Amino acid sequence: MSVFTLKVNGRTHSVDVDPATPLLYVLSDDLQLRGPKFGCGLAQCGACTVNISGRAVRSCVTPVTTVGNAEVTTLEGLGSPENPHPLQKAFIDEQAMQCGFCINGVIMTAKALCDRTPNPSDAQIQQAMATVLCRCAAHQRIFQAIRRYAQSNAPGRTA
Amino acid sequence: MIPPMVDSMTSDARDALASAGFSRRDFLKRSGALIVTFGVAGVASELGLARGVALAQGINGTPGTQLDSWIAIAADGRVTAYTGKCEFGQGLFTAQTQLIAEELSVPLDRVTLIQCDTALTPDQGTTSGAQSHPANFNTSNLALAGATAREALVQIASTRLGVPVQQLSAVEGTVRVTADPSKRVSYGELVGGKKFEVRLNPNAKRKHPSTWTVLGTPVKRLDIPALATGRFEFVHNVRVPGMLHGRVVRPPSIGANLVSVDESSVTGMPGFVKVVVKKNFVGVVAEKPWQAIQAAAKLKATWSAGSGLPAQGTFHDHMRKSPARDGLTVDSGDVDGKFTGAARVVKATYRYPYQMHGSIGSACAVADVQGEKVTVWSASQAVHPLRNTTAMMLGIPPAGVRIVFTMGPGCYGVNGADTVSYDAALMSQAVGKPVRVQLARQDEMAWENYGLAYVVDQRVALDADGTIVAWDYEGWSPTRGGRPGGNAPGNVVTGFLAGFEPQQFTPRTPAPAPQGGFDNGSNTAPSYVTGCVGPECGGCGVVKSERVLNHTVESPFFTGPLRSPARLQNTFAHECFMDEIAAQLKADPVEYRLRHLRDPRLRQVVTTAAQTAGWEARPSPRTTARRTGVVTGRGIACVLYEGDNGYCANVTELEVNQDTGVIVVKRCVVAMDSGPISNPDGIRNQVEGGTLQGVSRTLLEEVAWNTERVTSVDWRSYHPLYLGADVPKVESVLINQSDVAAMGAGETAVTVTAAAIGNAFFDATGVRLREIPFTPERVKAALRASRAG
Repeated sequence: MSVFTLKVNGRTHSVDVDPATPLLYVLSDDLQLRGPKFGCGLAQCGACTVNISGRAVRSCVTPVTTVGNAEVTTLEGLGSPENPHPLQKAFIDEQAMQCGFCINGVIMTAKALCDRTPNPSDAQIQQAMATVLCRCAAHQRIFQAIRRYAQSNAPGRTA
Repeated sequence: MIPPMVDSMTSDARDALASAGFSRRDFLKRSGALIVTFGVAGVASELGLARGVALAQGINGTPGTQLDSWIAIAADGRVTAYTGKCEFGQGLFTAQTQLIAEELSVPLDRVTLIQCDTALTPDQGTTSGAQSHPANFNTSNLALAGATAREALVQIASTRLGVPVQQLSAVEGTVRVTADPSKRVSYGELVGGKKFEVRLNPNAKRKHPSTWTVLGTPVKRLDIPALATGRFEFVHNVRVPGMLHGRVVRPPSIGANLVSVDESSVTGMPGFVKVVVKKNFVGVVAEKPWQAIQAAAKLKATWSAGSGLPAQGTFHDHMRKSPARDGLTVDSGDVDGKFTGAARVVKATYRYPYQMHGSIGSACAVADVQGEKVTVWSASQAVHPLRNTTAMMLGIPPAGVRIVFTMGPGCYGVNGADTVSYDAALMSQAVGKPVRVQLARQDEMAWENYGLAYVVDQRVALDADGTIVAWDYEGWSPTRGGRPGGNAPGNVVTGFLAGFEPQQFTPRTPAPAPQGGFDNGSNTAPSYVTGCVGPECGGCGVVKSERVLNHTVESPFFTGPLRSPARLQNTFAHECFMDEIAAQLKADPVEYRLRHLRDPRLRQVVTTAAQTAGWEARPSPRTTARRTGVVTGRGIACVLYEGDNGYCANVTELEVNQDTGVIVVKRCVVAMDSGPISNPDGIRNQVEGGTLQGVSRTLLEEVAWNTERVTSVDWRSYHPLYLGADVPKVESVLINQSDVAAMGAGETAVTVTAAAIGNAFFDATGVRLREIPFTPERVKAALRASRAG
């Protein structure tokens, strides 16, 4: 066991874990965050996605030791039910989920995409979502929510 | 006169309420309430419902539990409703909240819905089979409780105001004099400090859908803001003080038995607590999840050889040769004679693979076993049945077991939720502390209760006009285990490994004559037959000469309900076959269907889907079909789900690249009629998800195995429809029927997708695909084979 300092959602945390522990377990068990989820443990579904330094990262295969001083943002770091991030609000407005277990990975992947590419084309959204899985098959609404956010977020727009 | 409240709650229920922050008993003592209860003698008989109605609209569980309350209205006017049907992502929590708000005439935010907790809610059996809408939104159960409560409040108000009930209305949590709304009294004032127990009144009148203001509207899901922001508590997020973490170690091959476990191989590892063994069940408990994973990976366990598996490539033929349990859905007795005199006979065989639920999150549960006092937080669809089987697993009485439903990832049937509840319970019992278990992806996928493989032989006799005069169906499907129900924990893997047998399979040949009415619950009979059993005819069609014979055989794998179980497989076979017949006769597929359908609602979804899609009446295939490159086609399929539980038709348009074998579905127009619509956006979400899940199952999904074990153990070896895939635009057309019973809405759309795609493929290419999934390899092989000949 070793003590690590992690910056998560704007706060600094100290955790005492096996250095090989994937970041996901530290977030969900040591810090008790509910956003990142264990889906497969194999980086094949996206449910565990967090953003590190603006990139969408699969926390289930990311050893906690590799995070270093980078800022980790999880789904709850974006907004709250009372004050959701505009991207989260787009998902609420479009009712873009069914069970909602995948939605962490969907939103965190879309956030990294739209931060990098403010108004992505459908092809760019498809590419970003190439290995993000939604088994309830809410594809149509998920795309609509991402488009809604991207359009309101595009440069030159004030909405 | 309304009798005073009789407190009939169990002590367990009171404890549960107390721990939840409010004790119903104390609450009532303190402030009074009106509670709607049902009798312990059984709801169906009490309501005097006919057998068929009782099955469709009954409590859908086991009456006789002491938990007999549906609704409590407190002195502050707040409404608490208790339901045994729970949320799995289908929007039911919100729809049931709407139902209570509507029937009681209170604002939505004044309703608290408590779902699926064995200490608190009525036993409504399993939340499955698209049965929640019929069970709770018609004239019994939760809906009737709402109407009963409203009428009781109006009656109390009548006494208090001295105004006849006919002159009163319930509006926004008050009872008002209709002609003078300033004369009013709130529900809270009516309840005051008194206690009322109101028996469920079978004569209470529900509001007519034409008057609804909350139900029937697209109320947004109450749970989505928490889901979208990571505040929602899934069962995976349940944390209990002192909780440890467990990891299962499953056998390396099917049929392998445990020879020995070397606990010393893991003792001393960081956080290691205990190895738990019960017959062939092996689990490792540690302080942290990562430690449990490490220890489970390192544990030395020796297993015997497995029992071997039949070859995947010839599995459908293997089923045909296996000892079978035969059943007849319908048999008019004259089928063979009709074939002898037929002008023409058409035959075809359809094959369907095993598929898996493949929930996005592997299954998880938390169990706290303290002697005979047990709490399990579980995403099971069946909390009350699970209470009994968990007690069996632990060898204790069920009285002290409480199952608290906590949502998991979409399950689409009996996924790993029950089995992981047993995993957690066994490990918690062994260590005397709460234990959380989340399965590894491969442990879930390799040992699921898979959706059914199928092989179906279809045969029809046609007269000189091309009208079907006899339909002959013969199908084979495998079974092993299934839902544990209330007494068969061996129906899922953990129960079996721990020493319980799956439900016994007994071959039976020949099938007994069908009796007790036409039951098309598995859609074994096509829509086009009359479905006559005895004097009653329950089918949707006109074909009088009919025989539907099913053979159930033993499965090498566990099987269980997967969204539209058997109904999807059979509908694939029926609706593709109907298309084949129409094509042979050069008839338009829509016109040919309508020629054989008499049910007006099924006809209506077919014509509605066709009109909305701009269906061009002509035979399939397209005469202009080219033999290379990209071609397009359209196809239709329809169903009355379960023979009585939701009408649906799908018109699909697609492209086929004949060089690569890739099918891209472009557009699906889906018409649905499930009676009165409770939440139009909720239904649309179900239609869209069901259709795209159908696309995934049609084009991609198939469980694979070798001689020893299942080899589909992750998302590389079992192929799902990723979000980045090319998916069709799904257009739903909802037909709202306000004067008929509520039917199921969650499983209809997925049922018709495979056939609509198969038919559109034929329209595009002139080649028939008769085996799911339609992979590029299979497509290319079918095109080659057809064109070689």
